[in-house]
Amino acid sequence: MSSSTNMDDPTASGIEVGTIVAERTVHLTRESLVRYAGASGDVNPIHYRDDVAERVGLPGVLAHGMLTMGLAVETIVEWLGDSGRILEYGVRFTRPVVVDAEDGAELTVVAKVGAVDDSSLRVDLTVSHGETVVLGKAQVRVRAGA
Amino acid sequence: MSVNPELVGRDFPPTAPYLVGREKVREFARAVFATDPQHTDPAAAQRLGYTDVVAPPTFAMVIQDLTLQQLLSEPDSGIALERTVHAEQRFRYTRPIVAGDELTARLQVTGVRPFGKGAMVTSEAEITDADGSHVVTAVSVLLIGGEE
Repeated sequence: MSSSTNMDDPTASGIEVGTIVAERTVHLTRESLVRYAGASGDVNPIHYRDDVAERVGLPGVLAHGMLTMGLAVETIVEWLGDSGRILEYGVRFTRPVVVDAEDGAELTVVAKVGAVDDSSLRVDLTVSHGETVVLGKAQVRVRAGA
Repeated sequence: MSVNPELVGRDFPPTAPYLVGREKVREFARAVFATDPQHTDPAAAQRLGYTDVVAPPTFAMVIQDLTLQQLLSEPDSGIALERTVHAEQRFRYTRPIVAGDELTARLQVTGVRPFGKGAMVTSEAEITDADGSHVVTAVSVLLIGGEE
């Protein structure tokens, strides 16, 4: 991989490993969870009912793992320009995100170039809730531009 | 009942066609904090060469979920929803899902591995469009806890 001055341009093949290409903070509330439940069809009550979460031994009402996965990758779409450049996206759900009824939960997403080859880039997403990283091996492989 | 290893290689019928609606894509985009206009504005999507709004990458889960329902409803699967944890998720794309697509998914269980008292079940849903062309393959790893 070569160095380049064109670091903000995802079509540049010279983009460097370690470059942060996008980051954002998303504040989740219980309303966010209800909205995702409706949009996705995942109506498991552990994502909106404290009594059920407690009964099954959880530390509280949890964000859907797929909500965390979904909002994480959206962080890079503006930088990509076209979400159709995403070739592959995978995560491990390693830590639950408890969404407090009053305070919600703040998730921070940092997207960094992890690897570069001739035809694609690997962007590594670090998703944190406070000090805790909640997704493992969250990696997006994207097609390099023309 | 523990997870049935004979699920691997079983033939599942394709799911009924799912017609992707523009308002559904907008609703899903809002739910995953997808703010880029390609997900909500048809003109922005058309400037990128798509016929209509582009679904966020994880929208494929909505289609894959139809196959997971098939898996859970197999009478001999040994998979109980209340003991199921979503451990990993992966998508491999040929192209993004776009409003107007009519999508069908075909389930394949590719692995059942013992894990503690339970099992790790890997399932793949191959999602194709009305022409039969590949759109995305969704892979889930489910951790099925053992019975108490």
